[in-house]
Amino acid sequence: MKKLVNDPSDYVDEMLDGMLAAHPDRLRRLDGTKVLVRADAPVDGKVGVVSGGGSGHEPTHAGYIGDGMLDGAAAGEVFTSPTANELNEMVQACDAGEGVLCVVKNYEGDVMNFDTAAEMAEMEDVEVAQVVVDDDVAVEDSLYTSGRRGVCGTILVHKAVGAKAAAGGSLEEVQAVGEKVVENVGTMGVALTSCVTPEKGEPTFDLGEEEIELGIGIHGEPGTERTGMMTADEVADHLTGKVLEDLDVESGEEVVTIVNGMGGTPQSELFIVNRRVQQILDEEGIETWDAWVGDYMTSLDMMGCSVTVCRVDDELKDLLGAEADTPALKR
Amino acid sequence: MADESVQREALAAAVENVAARIESEKSHLTDLDSAIGDADHGNNMHRGFQAVAEKTDEFEEMDVDEIVKTIGTTIIGNVGGAAGPLYGGSVMTASQEFEEGITAETSVAFAEAYLEKVKDRGDAPVGAKTMVDALTPAVHTYKKSIEHDDLPPLTALAKAVDAAERGVNFTVPLRASKGRASFLGWRSVGHQDPGATSTLFILEEILDTASEYLEGETDVEAVAESAPDEDPEEAQE
Repeated sequence: MKKLVNDPSDYVDEMLDGMLAAHPDRLRRLDGTKVLVRADAPVDGKVGVVSGGGSGHEPTHAGYIGDGMLDGAAAGEVFTSPTANELNEMVQACDAGEGVLCVVKNYEGDVMNFDTAAEMAEMEDVEVAQVVVDDDVAVEDSLYTSGRRGVCGTILVHKAVGAKAAAGGSLEEVQAVGEKVVENVGTMGVALTSCVTPEKGEPTFDLGEEEIELGIGIHGEPGTERTGMMTADEVADHLTGKVLEDLDVESGEEVVTIVNGMGGTPQSELFIVNRRVQQILDEEGIETWDAWVGDYMTSLDMMGCSVTVCRVDDELKDLLGAEADTPALKR
Repeated sequence: MADESVQREALAAAVENVAARIESEKSHLTDLDSAIGDADHGNNMHRGFQAVAEKTDEFEEMDVDEIVKTIGTTIIGNVGGAAGPLYGGSVMTASQEFEEGITAETSVAFAEAYLEKVKDRGDAPVGAKTMVDALTPAVHTYKKSIEHDDLPPLTALAKAVDAAERGVNFTVPLRASKGRASFLGWRSVGHQDPGATSTLFILEEILDTASEYLEGETDVEAVAESAPDEDPEEAQE
């Protein structure tokens, strides 16, 4: 497998160094950690907004650090949540006395480490609140599973809570906005190929030339179902249909959509999928207020995409449309 | 039981043996995790135990409970993912049981506290296809062997390792309901759980180390006599 790596165990460190070198005026790294924060963190008078998770999802998470979005992002090893110690350091570095909101994706490692970090930070008198994102509709939320995964819908949470915090919202208000997005967002993804993690150096799962995996997460884990190759329209129909059904969006409602690339699929193909997603919404009488297309939350070099739909009202439209200036997203 | 300097030495040896075993099984664990997870378990555990092995020089200055606590905090600080809090956080919490040193009695208390914390953190019952499936039979067997059957700790540990191995095999046909494998639903059936497997490897290395240090231990009966008069069957789930 050809990859531009040196020693695979330096993968995350070297990636962060490169990111810092690209944005020295915006970002700084907390000493001895894999945490990046705004160069001017903590920002006086503002609730801190932080996120984090495994590496391999670039530009998530550090790409969204900046005005109107995140104050800090912790990078774990590839597909592994950061440690509680590093998360705690990040929370403390982003607290200006107004408290810190942690945006957590619903994976057990992330949840456990953020919980532990929150306990540690609270012992230092930092007020911490949490929003757990679980937008993946592929996974049944039942007594028998760990709940849904948090995937690309997380970006909309980052955007909304970041805007609310920038507008002077209290910790409670910022958290409430995050929960509102979580209640109204759904995502489903497809893999055309497995990804290759740098340390393993070969595909995580074998997928035949004519096979695809539906209902994948963002860690190269197999999906919920394997099926034969489909056209772009068939994939869009399947993913969008599942998400709309789950969210129960009705004719006349407004939504934001994301067609998100998994890292190995060209923009052209994402646009082809988006074309069909918008046709479906049109047919259903659902109005797209904003359509995002691109690589927002990737899975290394995996080919494939996910479709996210988020129902919006006036408050969410203001927040999702508000100005943001980060390396990966500008509004 | 052996005096504290021997216990320190035994802990350092155990750490080094576990680290070496995890290193040699790194790819195996990652392959198991590829099938039903995200292919990082081997590398994660390796990173954690390498960091722990690098700390053994510091053990000489510490009490045994501090040593065990340091093992836990080092794992937390280096592993991340669910494995960090589950393997490291649980060792850290359970280390309190060794305040009076390591005896047959405190080792049972440690094992129970560790299991309790793992179940609590992971919110996983037996049969969810997780490390709990190896750990639970091991801990119950150990407790029963010491407290009920009056077996020497080394024999009890050997029985616990056997029980853990059966627990690992037991995970193969299960449908995962906890952890990342749960997202696969029925597709997780037929695969051995990586967390249960690494738990077995750790127990095997502890047994191996203990057999070097515990040969000829004779204070077992005295400990067994002071054990609580509890029906071990009730402790089984």
